[in-house]
Amino acid sequence: MPEGQNSNKTFEIKDCALAALATGKKSQNLKELNRNIGEVESGSLYYHFWGGLLQPRFDDPEYNNDFASWIRHTLHDKVLAEQIGIIDPTEYPDLEELRDRLHEIIEARLDELQHLAWCKIDEQFHFITSQIVVFDTKKTIYKAEDLVDAIPNMTSSSIFYHFIDSRRRTYGNIDDFSTWLYGFEGKYNELIHLLSNIDPFFSSLTELRSQLSNIVTNYFMESR
Amino acid sequence: MSTMLKQYSDIVGEEVINQLHQLAALLKDIRVVHVNSTKRGGGVAEILNKLIPLKKELGINVSWEVIEGSRKFFKCTKNFHNALQGKDIKIQKHLIKEYEKVNQENAQRLHETLNDADIVFIHDPQPASLLASFPNRKGRWIWRCHIDVSHPNRSTWKFIKKHISDYDASIFSIPAFSQVLPHIQYLIPPSIDPLSEKNIELDEDEIEKTVSAFGIDTNRPTMLQVSRYDYFKDPVGVIKAYRLTKKFAPDLQLILAGGEASDDPESQKVIDEVRNAAGKDPDIYILLLPSDAHRTINALQRSSDIILQKSTREGFGLTVTEGMWKGKPVVGGDTGGIRIQVVNHQTGFLVRTPEGAALRTRYLLFHRDRLNEMGKKAKSFVTENFLLTRHLREYLTVIVSLLRGQKERIELQ
Repeated sequence: MPEGQNSNKTFEIKDCALAALATGKKSQNLKELNRNIGEVESGSLYYHFWGGLLQPRFDDPEYNNDFASWIRHTLHDKVLAEQIGIIDPTEYPDLEELRDRLHEIIEARLDELQHLAWCKIDEQFHFITSQIVVFDTKKTIYKAEDLVDAIPNMTSSSIFYHFIDSRRRTYGNIDDFSTWLYGFEGKYNELIHLLSNIDPFFSSLTELRSQLSNIVTNYFMESR
Repeated sequence: MSTMLKQYSDIVGEEVINQLHQLAALLKDIRVVHVNSTKRGGGVAEILNKLIPLKKELGINVSWEVIEGSRKFFKCTKNFHNALQGKDIKIQKHLIKEYEKVNQENAQRLHETLNDADIVFIHDPQPASLLASFPNRKGRWIWRCHIDVSHPNRSTWKFIKKHISDYDASIFSIPAFSQVLPHIQYLIPPSIDPLSEKNIELDEDEIEKTVSAFGIDTNRPTMLQVSRYDYFKDPVGVIKAYRLTKKFAPDLQLILAGGEASDDPESQKVIDEVRNAAGKDPDIYILLLPSDAHRTINALQRSSDIILQKSTREGFGLTVTEGMWKGKPVVGGDTGGIRIQVVNHQTGFLVRTPEGAALRTRYLLFHRDRLNEMGKKAKSFVTENFLLTRHLREYLTVIVSLLRGQKERIELQ
C-alpha cells in the first residue's frame, strides 16, 4: 500500500515541493567524484538521479542523471557517460545498492584510464541534496475511473510524488497509481501493465502527466 | 481567487497557484519579514516589490523593511560587493566601523519588528550584521545571498562569514556559490515577474514610439545590454564585441541601457569609461535610465534582436531572464547564474570574451531562423523555471522546512 493511503480502496492525492540544499562537496576529477559518491548521504544520490526533474532543466536532456551529464560534458569521457547514463535507479532495491553500482562502474573505468582528466575549478561537480515537503491536497479518488479526471488536474509536482518519488517508497519500486490499482484484485492488471511502459526519465513532468492521462483515458474508453 | 493571483494563473496555470495556496495555508499563523538596503534599483528590490504583495495575497503576514545608511556605509557595502565577487580590495577600518554602526542603528529602529518575527530574510551583505543585535530573537533568520561569491576575496569573506555564521540558514542562487558554513544552505535561483511593467506584453506602437524617442532605428538590427554601469557587467567589453560584429553587419546598433541604484556609488566612474570607449559612434546609444523606467526597458528588450549580458561575474542576471521571456536569444558571460539561465546552443550562447560575444552575435544575425528558434525555446524555458511563482514556492518550502525540522522528508497532514 502506498505510504499515506487510507486503504486499498481510496487514493489520496498528495503534492510535494523540493528544497535543494548544497552539501559543500565537489569534485574536480573522477577519483574525487567516486570518493564523494561514497561520502554523501543517500539523499544526494536521489537528487542527482530523480530530484532534477523538479529543478530548472531543459526539456530534452541528453542523459537521465547528473553524473553522466557531467562526465560527458566536463570530463569528456563518452564511454563512462554512456555506462552511467544507462543506469536505471529503480532496478536497485535501495540507494545503497545504487551507490555500490556507481562505485563499481567508476572504479572499473579508473582502472582502464591512463590519465585522469581534471576539470576547471568553476566546472566542478557540486553535490546537492534535497528535502521533500509532502502535503495533502485533500482530494481523494474512490474509483479507478476517477483517474481520468484527476490526472490532468494534478500539478507537475504531484505527478513527481506519485510517479517518480513513489519508486523510492513502494514495494517493487513502482508508481503509486499501480500500487493502488493492485489492490483491486487483478481487475486492472492491464492498466498497470500499460503504466509500466512509461519511461519516466526522459520526459518533463508535464509530458509525463499527458502520457499518464492518455493511457488512463484510452483504457477506460475502450473498456466501456 | 484575487485579481492578482488570477493574472498569474492565466500565465502559469491554475495548478501552480493552487499549490501556492496549499503551502501558504501551512504558514497562516506566522510573521515573516524581509530586510534589504534599497526600495528601488537593482534586482533584489525588484523581486521584493512583487514577492511581498503576492505573499500577502496568499494570506501570509509579511512585511518588507529597508535599512537606512550613510554614503560612507554604502561605499563600504559596495566594496563588500566587489570583494565578494573576487576583486582584490582591502576595506578600510573606518568603513567597517561605519558598517557595524549603521547596522546597530537600524537594529534599534527595527527591534520590535525583527525580534518577534517568526522568519526573517536578510538580503545580501548590507544588513547582514543586524543579527548580532538580536541575541534573544524569537524566529529563524535566513541570509539570502544574491551575488556571485564563488571566488570571494578571502579577507572580506572572513569578515562576512563572522556575521552570517549564526544564521539558521542561508540561500544561494546556485551550488557554485555555496560556502563552508555551520548551517544549512538552500539553493534557489531568482526569478522575474511576468506581470511587472518590465515584462508585460506591449503593443507594437508603444514599442516603436518608445524606442524611436531615443533616435534608435527600429528597422535596423540591434544588440542590447541592460544592466547597471558596473565593472563586472563588462560594458566596455560589449562595445568591443559590437565593433567586431559591425565589420560584418554595418547597420548594427548597440544599446547600453543602465539603471542607477541608490546603493552604488561607483557607477559614474564606469559610465565615464563607457562613454570614452564609445567615442563618437552614432550607432552606440548609452542610456541612463531612472530606476522606474521599467516600461522603457521592456520596449527596448522587445525591439532588440539579441540580448547581451557579458558579465564577468554574475549572481543571477535578471536581465538575461527578462530577455528570454521576450523570446530573444541571449549571449551571456559563461559565469555564475548565467550558466543555468542560458542553455548553451539552445536558448543562447555562453561566452568568455568580447570576441566570443561577437562571433555568436554574428552567427545569430545571419541565421534568423536559428535566432527565432532559440528565442522560442528561451521563452518556454523561462515559463517553466524562472517565473516569480516558482521562486515564491521555493521560499515557502524553505520556511516550512525550517519550521518543521530539517529532515529529508517532511510529511504534512
